Amino acid sequence: MAWTWFHRLGSPPYIYGLAARLTPWFAWLSAALLIGGLYGGLVLAPPDYQQGDDFRIMYVHVPTAWMSLMVYTTMAVAAAVGLIWRIKISHAVAASCAPIGASFTFVALVTGSLWGYRMWGTYWEWDPRLTSELILLFLYLGYMGLRSAMDDMQRADRASAVLAVVGVVNVPIIHYSVLWWNSLHQGPSVMQLAKPTMPPSMLIPLLVMLLGFTTLFAALLLVRLRAEILNRERTASWIREAVTQ
Amino acid sequence: MNTSVLEASSTGTSALEAARLMLARDIRLALRKRGQLVQPLAFFAIVTTLFPLGISPELSRLRDVAPGVLWVAALLSSLLALEFLFRDDAQDGTLEQHVLSGQSLTWLLFAKTVAHWLLTGLPLAVMAPLAALSLGVPAAALSGIVVSVAIGSVALSLIGSIGAALTLGVKRSGALLSLLTLPLSMPVLIFGARATDLAIKGAGFAPPLYLLGALAVLGITLAPLAAAAAVRISLE
Amino acid sequence: MPERRLQAENLHLWRGDRHVLRGVKFCVNSGECLQITGGNGAGKTSLLRTLSGLMYPEEGTISWCGDNIRRDLAAFHADLAYIGHEPPLKPDLTAQENLRYWEGVRRKFATHEMNNELGRLGADQWANRPVRTLSAGQKRRVALAGLLLMAAPLWLLDEPTTNLDAAGQRLVGTLIEEHLGRGGLVVAAIHHELTVSAAAIRRLELSSK
Repeated sequence: MAWTWFHRLGSPPYIYGLAARLTPWFAWLSAALLIGGLYGGLVLAPPDYQQGDDFRIMYVHVPTAWMSLMVYTTMAVAAAVGLIWRIKISHAVAASCAPIGASFTFVALVTGSLWGYRMWGTYWEWDPRLTSELILLFLYLGYMGLRSAMDDMQRADRASAVLAVVGVVNVPIIHYSVLWWNSLHQGPSVMQLAKPTMPPSMLIPLLVMLLGFTTLFAALLLVRLRAEILNRERTASWIREAVTQ
Repeated sequence: MNTSVLEASSTGTSALEAARLMLARDIRLALRKRGQLVQPLAFFAIVTTLFPLGISPELSRLRDVAPGVLWVAALLSSLLALEFLFRDDAQDGTLEQHVLSGQSLTWLLFAKTVAHWLLTGLPLAVMAPLAALSLGVPAAALSGIVVSVAIGSVALSLIGSIGAALTLGVKRSGALLSLLTLPLSMPVLIFGARATDLAIKGAGFAPPLYLLGALAVLGITLAPLAAAAAVRISLE
Repeated sequence: MPERRLQAENLHLWRGDRHVLRGVKFCVNSGECLQITGGNGAGKTSLLRTLSGLMYPEEGTISWCGDNIRRDLAAFHADLAYIGHEPPLKPDLTAQENLRYWEGVRRKFATHEMNNELGRLGADQWANRPVRTLSAGQKRRVALAGLLLMAAPLWLLDEPTTNLDAAGQRLVGTLIEEHLGRGGLVVAAIHHELTVSAAAIRRLELSSK
């Protein structure tokens, strides 16, 4: 019985229908969480004694930075599953993750740059977090670039899967080497507020925002996944019925 | 006429012997086209020359930026050299035969990457001190530079082999190959430049050198596996 | 002579949106030759590459001597000689060097054995010239010498007579016959008539749609 459920997960028409049903749930949930979290962070939370109101950009910067990493990991896992067990839908999931993850990374960089401007007066500083995020953006661009360079979808799937796995192994290496590099040169201090010393009124909205962005990712992923499935299965017979419904 | 035609496996070659043959073949092939081997080295020299032209002829200023300049030039030259790793074999059909040889593809590709390093990375390590002198680096630092570039270029060749294998058959893959390989090579740049910087200042540069060695070892163990997977995918 | 068999069941292969192999099945035993025919784009090369394990079919299995080839692909490759459209030779190496490196990776052999095979194909006169100086037909002969040198029981050949003159084509037919006589198996995409006895030859027609 459990095996049939697993088999159905690999069936594009089933996933297409499932994604359509799940998307509104995730969309509404993420809207509620994000609005609630923003209200909590921008209005309810007290101003920081050091930074005043500037720290509030953290409510977008930190969750998106976290998501950029989480999405890359999801992408790599989906790609690995598709590579090892040759499950095509898994490759579709990985392909759908990439632009979403790259967007999160971009938002994290922009909000980080704005935060930096308020703190240091310059739009860019080579602090370890921003530098790592920038390199992560390059990894996303490389993944998407490799995909688009190949006409054959199967080859694009499998080659980019190898790249994603190699990338995910390298992310911690890159992160720690950048941290090491930054510590040598007395660079600008990291702008993260240490979580344990954050009062709950500051922390809770942050967690709510994180959950909100996660559900947003889920909703966006499901929407993109349906588009990917349509593209990949466009010659299949079930598409005609599914689209005219 | 060979009558033992159906008993091939009894006279089979060992994996090590196959790797040795692959190494010998690639070196012999490269030596027949010696002109091509010089290109990455010439590129390294030219790139190193660009910086004094762009910054200043004063050696004191150049000495400050020398570690970065040397390593960026080394990174870019090794990127250029990656063209020679798999592309010829892919074009004339011999790469396919490597996959079908019954030998471990990982070992064969590792042997190819070692040959590639001997032909491009090691010469780079020999040239680096010359470039360093032109940037005002004191002579005492030169041995440290040779060692760090030698070890770093091992890591660069291995990391690069993954990108080279992934982009086989992609037309005009130069920019894509750089986009794939350079982010993965950044740790090598960080540790290598640090080692060179310490060597120039006359301090002990062992810690970053060990880190560089760790990256090289990691590359040796994992990169040929990824490259082999990528090669198989390119032939599907 | 040990009995060997290559069996393909229900092979389906897609290349992009094209359904190239549609339920191909066949069985080849020792001493038999399977001739694959079909027009351009029918999937002959795809079938051979799938049989060699280079391509992965979406459905179906291929077995060699009763075992699925995926179970131990390296062992299958040790028994397999595959020659594709282009002779797999490095242009800057001589014919002898090419064979030395190509075959040496697979098995040890003596130099006189290599020269024998080259002589058999009429390639010994130009064996120590770089391959880039050879004509297409000469390159094909060197590749066929390599095929013999591999000493593998299963031959997968994609248009082995390309660029060969009439004498060369007859020679290929003879080589295949001898191989079958030794208990070998041949699967070949070959469009001209083979001089092999009718009992030993089977045909598989692929159609493009």
